[in-house]
Amino acid sequence: MSEHMENIYLAIVLSPLIGSIIAGLFGKLIGRSGAHWVTIIGVAVASILSMFVYKHHMFDGAPDYNAAVYTWLSSGGINFEVGFLIDPLSVTMMVVVTFVSWMIHIYTIGYMHDDPGYQRFFSYISLFTFAMLMLVMSNNFMQLFFGWEAVGLVSYLLIGFWYKKDTAIFANLKAFLVNRVGDFGFLLGIAAVLMYFNSLDYFEVFAQAEGLADTTIVIFGDHAWSLMTVICICLFIGAMGKSAQVPLHVWLPDSMEGPTPISALIHAATMVTAGIFMVSRMSPLFELSETALSFILIIGSITALFMGFLGLVQNDIKRVVAYSTLSQLGYMTVALGASAYAAAMFHLVTHAFFKALLFLAAGSVIIIMHHEQDMRKMGGLYKKMPITWITCFVGSIALIGFPGTSGFFSKDAIIEAVHHSQIFGSTFAYYAVLSGVFITALYSFRLFFMTFHGEERMDKETWMHLHEAPAVVTVPLSVLAIPSLILGAFLIGPMLFGDYFGNTIYVAEKHNVLHEIGSHYEGIMLFTLYAFKHPPVYLAFAGIFVAWLCYIKFPDWPGLIVSRIKWIHCILEKKYGFDEFNQKVFAGGTRCLGRMLWKYGDISIIDGIFVNGTARSVGIISSVIRHIQSGYLYHYAFAIILGLLVLIAVFVHGVLN
Amino acid sequence: MTVSNLPILSMLIWTPIIGGIWTLIAGDRQEQTVKYFSLAVSILTFVFSVLLYLDFDNASASMQFVERVSWIKAFDIQYYLGVDGIALPLILLTCFTTILVVLAAWEVIEKHISYYMAAFLILTGLMNGVFVALDAILFYVFWEAMLIPMFIIIGIWGGPNRVYATIKFFLYTFLGSVFMLVAFLYLYAKAGSFEISAMHDVALTLQAQKLIFIAFFLAFAVKIPMWPVHTWLPDAHVEAPTGGSVILAAIMLKMGGYGFLRFSLPITPDASLHFDDFMIVLSLIAVVYIGFVALVQEDMKKLIAYSSISHMGFVTLGFFIPFTIVANTGETSGAIMGMEGAMMQMISHGFISAAMFLCVGVMYDRMHSRMIKDYGGVVNSMPYFAAFMLLFAMANSGLPGTSGFVGEFLVILSSFEASFWIAFFAAFTLILGAAYTLWMYKRVIFGDVTREEVAELTDINARETLILVLLAIVVLLFGVWPAPVFDVMHASVEQLINHSLQSKAF
Repeated sequence: MSEHMENIYLAIVLSPLIGSIIAGLFGKLIGRSGAHWVTIIGVAVASILSMFVYKHHMFDGAPDYNAAVYTWLSSGGINFEVGFLIDPLSVTMMVVVTFVSWMIHIYTIGYMHDDPGYQRFFSYISLFTFAMLMLVMSNNFMQLFFGWEAVGLVSYLLIGFWYKKDTAIFANLKAFLVNRVGDFGFLLGIAAVLMYFNSLDYFEVFAQAEGLADTTIVIFGDHAWSLMTVICICLFIGAMGKSAQVPLHVWLPDSMEGPTPISALIHAATMVTAGIFMVSRMSPLFELSETALSFILIIGSITALFMGFLGLVQNDIKRVVAYSTLSQLGYMTVALGASAYAAAMFHLVTHAFFKALLFLAAGSVIIIMHHEQDMRKMGGLYKKMPITWITCFVGSIALIGFPGTSGFFSKDAIIEAVHHSQIFGSTFAYYAVLSGVFITALYSFRLFFMTFHGEERMDKETWMHLHEAPAVVTVPLSVLAIPSLILGAFLIGPMLFGDYFGNTIYVAEKHNVLHEIGSHYEGIMLFTLYAFKHPPVYLAFAGIFVAWLCYIKFPDWPGLIVSRIKWIHCILEKKYGFDEFNQKVFAGGTRCLGRMLWKYGDISIIDGIFVNGTARSVGIISSVIRHIQSGYLYHYAFAIILGLLVLIAVFVHGVLN
Repeated sequence: MTVSNLPILSMLIWTPIIGGIWTLIAGDRQEQTVKYFSLAVSILTFVFSVLLYLDFDNASASMQFVERVSWIKAFDIQYYLGVDGIALPLILLTCFTTILVVLAAWEVIEKHISYYMAAFLILTGLMNGVFVALDAILFYVFWEAMLIPMFIIIGIWGGPNRVYATIKFFLYTFLGSVFMLVAFLYLYAKAGSFEISAMHDVALTLQAQKLIFIAFFLAFAVKIPMWPVHTWLPDAHVEAPTGGSVILAAIMLKMGGYGFLRFSLPITPDASLHFDDFMIVLSLIAVVYIGFVALVQEDMKKLIAYSSISHMGFVTLGFFIPFTIVANTGETSGAIMGMEGAMMQMISHGFISAAMFLCVGVMYDRMHSRMIKDYGGVVNSMPYFAAFMLLFAMANSGLPGTSGFVGEFLVILSSFEASFWIAFFAAFTLILGAAYTLWMYKRVIFGDVTREEVAELTDINARETLILVLLAIVVLLFGVWPAPVFDVMHASVEQLINHSLQSKAF
């Protein structure tokens, strides 16, 4: 069976790749429908096989699979291999990634219908699916890094998909470089792992982790750092890049320049959660460093709260959802910091569905509005596009954690977990995620009301031609709405408190907050009822209520509020100044430094003084010495006599002494 | 088929040289014949190199396919050839690149095509000679002779400022190699032979080793080039025709790296240990400083030239870091990884820099400008070209899955075993390499068409496509499966490291 399974794993990875290659290289030949068929079939195969593998592992109890496919290279006694680790964590990711990707492939037929780069787009998103699968199915750090950078490449390609747009090609370069800053840390982390564990294989590394818990490493002066802290923080810097945590979050809002399907697939549902997945995968390492966990907790809670605020002032429908994604990624990161890895993964799964849904709903609105993204020019759309309206509503209530929806279970679990956590920073994190609930509800329903309700703010002409999106758009919306509503109820029991992850995720006894919560867990009904005793639910309701007041009941309130607190609004408009700072200090500073090194270092000093200076001085000296060779016999005769006199003088001097 | 009975190494040297001489004689009157003949010669040479590879014994660290004839009896100079796992990949790279260069010249070189082809064919033979020579004087002859065709290539087919560039190139590299010759003469006096292996074994005082190391350093550091003796390279590249830049970047820079491995480390191990911090610092300066300089270049060829210097920083880093790693960990495994990574970096950089220069050449042939500001929106008129260039740009930024990743990855991993900070500065390349390459790509390729000339560009033709496809295949193949390159060199690298760790001072 196991050999048989290996072929299935290979098929899961390779079928999207083959689809991508065919659509990419022979796009002209097979035409538009050829391109979408071949890629959709590729992803569908991957998705169905992933579900089969999921069933095989989660229901039929197949053992974890861990084996190499081939040796990438071996050097210095270390084998770098490409291989698969199939366990509850990876099968969960496989199903989420391939299923969301599948839906988005279908949706793309509608969204990119008139785009000249149709085949190219399908090729890219299938390539992305391949890269993401390589990342989640990896059994070693090298392949993880491969997938990590490969998804970054596809993200770069897709953000800059409309390469004529200046903003798009600015955003994709920015995304790639900011991610590279994260990867810089990530690679150092991997290097540290290799040095101390002498292997890059997950299992071999995890098996030694306990034994190296007390190892220290000297970096600055002679202060000894815990090795685990250094490794974990380095790895987490990689996660901060990919999962857009403050201060490396700056690329994600700009990435909205790309077409909406990829905002849904890459920049909401899958790629940006790679960091969360990675930390969960590395739980045996992270559990050994409380410093790193606190660091994660604090970074995550800053992201969760402060990125949420920014969602309140955006008028671009996609950017609101983008900031909401940042904030939700912050929630997942907080869960990681609180050692509630399972809760982070749980939120990752539910979020993948409802956030993809929200993006696709936003995209549906955008295509019908002829690529208008400004919510100030929308309103009242519920009359024209009922399916989009309902599905967007489902996505929104799931996002804000309305009792009973998927998002409710996963988010509540995170808040509870942080509440129980004892590590440094957990109190701050608790209040951050708690206030985040109100903010989330406020910006979500601001979006919902501004887009679908209130007065119609577009011009008459546009309003007349509005209609519901085609079936290729509404079907994926409806399909994604189902898990957004009900998946949480099914998963919470096994995933958080049950045996879902088996031994895959390791939590130290003293950090095990989920176990503590689980001891009171008595089924989803009681969990839901119990939630009414706690503030999050009321905060969510309050958020909806305030949004209703401001955007339906008294539409002139927002303007009034803004005029009262201009300076806060200004800070939020400027996004806390991160972009300007980076642009001035990092981008400008780097260019300035480069120019200085070039102009002064290379041109003036090395070339000017040494290289050409040498040439010049040879010229000068020779022009002086040249005069000796005058060609007159009496000059030479005189020189000979002079020389003779000197020699005799030296000789006499020598004799006398 | 076995080649062990054939003088395969001599064939690798003399086939292209004789072919080159024939093209010289044939002259420009038979332009078509000359072109096809040159292509045939370059392919034949490549076939020889593949046969060599197929018959090569990976398990052995000793010299293989040895040929040995006395040449100048009076001075005990021999025509002594052999190949090991360090030279073999470089020979394959040389022969492969020659095919590309011949193809790249096809319709582009209008002036004296036969001389152009002759220069490159002869150059190929001489470069192969450098990699297989086992006699120091023979090595020196090939090493210096190589400068002549390159001098001619830049001097005749070069850009407007070619005279300055050729003189700078020639004097710079020549000055370095003169010191190497002096070192050879000294070593001859000590070892009683010009055989390189005898020089490896001769015991030397630390003082003597230091002086020899410095002499070698001057020759090889200029060639590779290391900061601060690198300024000839951007000038030479800018003025050289595309083919010249390709050979210069892909092969001639590697001569410096090869020299460090063949001469500096095994002949002066104690001095290498003594100077290793110095070498590491210079390497890191190359990676970081040159990375910043590359960022602000306005001329594409200059930018790629600077990027080459920065990438070569990884090569010298990988070569001189083993001592610290062994001192730190007490094992040679990390040291081997670093050195093999550096070797891989040389091979991979050969492909990638060749590809980048060819890409610039493709654009230059159409627009006659190398300036970034003259372009913008090339993707609109040349989409296929843009796709290829993206692949190579990504490879240049070290993306996993391309060959550019492998070497850098291994060198960074191993340098961590020497020191956190060495790895820290080396890893800067992740950010800087991506920044200078992709920023250039963005300004040249992406965006709306800014000028009429760009709108009228025609996409790559079949010949150009063939060249870029060949390169794309190797870049991806060695990115996904670099093992074959490593299998060839394990035995030789291991022996070299063990040899360099033995003190030979007395």
